[in-house]
Formats: sequence, structure tokens, C-alpha cells
Amino acid sequence: MLSLTRQLLSKRGDAVLGRSMRWASSRYSRSSALSTLAILEQRDGQLVQGSLSALTAGKKLGGSVHGFLAGSKVSAAAEQAAKVDGVEKIIAVENDAYDKGLPENFAPLLVENIKKGNYTHVIAGHTAFGKSVLPRVAALLDSQQISDVTSIEDEKTFVRPIYAGNAIATVESTDAIKILTIRGTAFAPATPEQGSAPVEAGVDPKSEPISEWVSEDLAKSDRPDLSTASKVVSGGRGLKSKEEFDKVMLPLADALGAAVGASRAAVDSGYADNSLQVGQTGKVVAPQLYMAVGISGAIQHLAGMKDSKVIAAINKDPDAPIFQIADAGLVGDLFEKVPELTEKIKSS
Amino acid sequence: MSALRILVPVKRVIDYAVKPRVNKAQTAVETAGVKHSMNPFDDLSVEESVRIREKNRAPGGVEDICAFSAGPPKAQEILRTALAMGADRGIHVEIKDGEELEPLTVAKLLKKSVEEQKSNLVILGKQSIDDDAGQTGQMLAGLLNWPQATQASKIEFGPNDAVTVTKEIDGGVETVKAKLPMIITTDLRLNTPRYATLPNIMKAKKKKLDKKTLEDFGLTNEKRLKVLKVTEPAQRQGGGKVEDVDGLIGKLKELGAL
Repeated sequence: MLSLTRQLLSKRGDAVLGRSMRWASSRYSRSSALSTLAILEQRDGQLVQGSLSALTAGKKLGGSVHGFLAGSKVSAAAEQAAKVDGVEKIIAVENDAYDKGLPENFAPLLVENIKKGNYTHVIAGHTAFGKSVLPRVAALLDSQQISDVTSIEDEKTFVRPIYAGNAIATVESTDAIKILTIRGTAFAPATPEQGSAPVEAGVDPKSEPISEWVSEDLAKSDRPDLSTASKVVSGGRGLKSKEEFDKVMLPLADALGAAVGASRAAVDSGYADNSLQVGQTGKVVAPQLYMAVGISGAIQHLAGMKDSKVIAAINKDPDAPIFQIADAGLVGDLFEKVPELTEKIKSS
Repeated sequence: MSALRILVPVKRVIDYAVKPRVNKAQTAVETAGVKHSMNPFDDLSVEESVRIREKNRAPGGVEDICAFSAGPPKAQEILRTALAMGADRGIHVEIKDGEELEPLTVAKLLKKSVEEQKSNLVILGKQSIDDDAGQTGQMLAGLLNWPQATQASKIEFGPNDAVTVTKEIDGGVETVKAKLPMIITTDLRLNTPRYATLPNIMKAKKKKLDKKTLEDFGLTNEKRLKVLKVTEPAQRQGGGKVEDVDGLIGKLKELGAL
């Protein structure tokens, strides 16, 4: 039954299908099977491109995919998301009460829209926003959320890492509404192209906020965003001080056009900002090139970068665990090797 | 200003420094004979609760710090650690060895406990390092309809039950404010947990530890997720070492990374 739905759905939009057939299949999907609400993020009215990963994951499920956005002046972001091929519609709620994504009013907002749309699946990115809001939504809907999904096997079977990525669990959900946060690096963000899904206003329960946004302090950088960069250079305890970290790592990052990351040791010692931490409790990255400098390779750090395509390591300890997973390892003093590497990359 | 009645849920997990092994049957991670400890994020929660009292940070004072764990008989050891760090008493909801509760069930259990203990602040770890779900605090906040501040790196108390929390978010920090009662989850940056001293460990043995069961709370271990299998992640093959910087550049070019 489900596979039949799938077949029908996969043919939707196929030019050879007649209009009536298309209508029939959409009717079919509405009455029986899958429909996904993908939660998109905006910041100051700008669509957070990384959040389009939720649409990618939604399309993987089959069934209809709707996007959801809320905040003041969301129309431009909604129009942009509506250009993603295969998205049926974008639901937008225009209200500045949702600008900062406060979970206390955002969760009831989502619950109302999920109930109204009879969605079987709800997906958000495993970002600070998704991690904060979605479990609250799940509890309100009495559903056991599945966090940090890296693969969708079918509509009820999902794969996720546990124990800092040292084990991979495949779980089957029995919940009527399946709520997932997804790992962005496992689902490339959908790109807005030729699509033109309608943008519709969602329901707004206007629940009274019980919390208040006070301020934020974001680390400003012209370098690529850590979670989505194609190259990442990361420094660890071996850098010895913030001054050395900046002096050694930043020129290398600039020569490569790379984002800068750090190990927990480097962050704890104040060499780098907290938001740059790569690992189980920080960011998970999977760039084309990950260059670990002065990082030994503790399991908590590996959890955040071992899916990188190519891993390079520079460390003076030949027995550092990082060398066991590095595709290219150089044993040596980073204070000598990194500046030399930077110069050679620049001049090549 | 209300006096704080803090509930601190703690979980017994495989020690963070141990590399977990998947069992032969591929049903779970091997736990028998493996070193266990308090979940590192829960360590931070206990420490913060004790510091709020020690430093008189809350205008209304701290009336009670109750550590709470739902876990196997050995979870008692974790509770004793929390008591040795400075919690006043403990509640142990005993679960059979080898059984696990899902975050939603834990959240339901905590909701009932919060009501029973008249807690007005719950400080939880942001995630447990075994399941890595990162859900319980938010679920509890949703069930209670209380404000939540996740991934806290700083907690401050003001007049009129106001609590201001600095949170770690993607790209920096964010500060939010709410009124008690409230749920807070801890991030690594919040504090550096103390070691329990021997005299405090001895004293902790005399502190009150209530033993309960899920049934006492009218709950069962309901499983919404069926674990189909647990496998080892794909192993990476280290590509070996290079001699010098030129070798490194050459290798990276060969691999298409430069």
C-alpha cells in the first residue's frame, strides 16, 4: 500500500501524467500517507540557508512537503524557500513575537500548525534552535523525538549516532507523529531553484510569552560558516595561547579559504570562542578538508569531524590518536610547519 | 522572592573516557564490566545548584537541593556522588538492570516529581553522553508549561523571581530572562565541578535517599522507539604519515582536497 503511494508520489509532477491522475494522487496522499512539515529558520528576515536541509530530508521521506517559517517580515524568506523544487507549499506566520525563536511561544505555534495540517512527520535541523524547540513540541504532542538523524531508511525507520558517534543506532518509531531533528551535514540543504510553491498564512495561537529575549552576542567573522564550510582548519591545546592561535591558525584559514574550528581544550583555555568548538558537544562538521592542528583526537572531538572527506593532521606526538584516522599526517612542530604550509599554499 | 527548591536529575552513563563497544548481537553497547560515572553535564548541574546556595546567589535563598535519578540499582552510587558534592537528599527511581527509559518517559516522571517535591527550578544536563538525545529538559518544560533556558553558560537571579540565563547558541551566546518556576539545562562552560572530598563522601552516606519505582508515579516504561540494531560506525583508514610540508601538500592534492 505504502509502496504504491510512493510510486504514485514519485511520479507526481511527471509531465506525462494527466491532470486528473495528478489530482488523484495528491488526493490519495492527503487521505492516507505521508505529509511532512519542515521547520525553516530565519534570522533578521533572512532565510537561514542551512535550514533548507529539513526540506531535503522531507523530500527523502516521500509524501508532500511543506515548509514552515515564522517571524516579522518573513515573506521574502518564504518566497525564497518556495523556490525549492518539490515543495508543495510554505506556511508562514508573520508576527514579531516569533523573531527570536523563543521555545515557549514557538512550540505552541508549531503544535497548532502541525495539528491543523495533520502532518505525519515534523523535521527541523539539529541546530541550537531545533534542539531547543523541537523536544518541547514533541512532548506537547506526546511523541518521542528522534534527534540528530543522519539517515532516513523509510517513513518510520531512522539512523542516528549514539555515544559520541561510536555506535550507530537504527530505530523504528511507533509514534503517530514522527518528530525528527536532522544532522545538516547528512542532508545537503535544498537549493531554491525554479519552484513556485504558494505561500500561505499559518495559524497563530498568539500565546503569551513566558520568557523574554534580552540580548545576543555573536562572534563576527568574514570567514565561511563553520557548519557548512568546505574546508575547516581546527586548532587545539598545542597552540598554547590565544595570540599564537590567531597568529598561526587565521593565516592558514585565510590561505585556504577555510572556516576556523577548535577543540574543547582550546576553547576551555580561551584560545578560541566557544561557538567554534567542534565535537560531540559542539558543532558537527563534514567538510571536504579538515585540518587538525595541535589536536590529539579525543573521542569527543572525533565525534564532530570524522565524517570529513579528507582529514589532515599536524601534531608533534607521533602517537596522537588523530593520526589513526588522518588521511595525511605530519609529525612536527606546528609553530614551524603551519607557517611553512601557509606560505606554500599562498604561493602555489 | 521564593526560596529555591531545586531538583537536579542525574544519569549514570558509561564514563566519558571509555570507548564504547557494540555487543556481538548488535543490539546495544556493551555495558557489563565497563566503568560508569555521572553524566558530565549532570555533574555541572549539581555543581551549579550547590554554588547557587554557597554564593547566596538567589535573593530568596536555597531551601532544598534534591538529586534525582531513574536508573539501575547502581545509579545509587551516582546519587551518593551528588550528595557528597552538596545535594541535600536523593530520590532513586529504580529501573531493572539493562532497561532504559526514553526521554519522554523521563520527562513525564520528572513532571510528577517536580509536582510532588514542589520544585521551582530544575537544572538538567543538556544531553546525556550515551544516547545524545538532548531532549529531557525541553520536554519537561513543555509538559509543565514552564520557561526553559537550554545550554546555559551563566545563570543569574534577580528580584521578583527573575532568572537571567546566558545560553550557548550557534555562532555565539544569547541571553534570555524568565520568572521562576523554570527549567535550565547546562552547557560545559557553566562551571568546573568539584571533586567530592572524603569527609563529604562519608557525610553523604547519612543523607536521605528515597527509593521509588515507576509504578509509584503511575508510569510504565513505555517504548515509542524500537531499536532495530546498533552497529559500529564505518572505520576510517588512516592514510599514514608524510615526511614534510611538501609531502602534506602533495598528498592533499592527490586526494583532491586542495
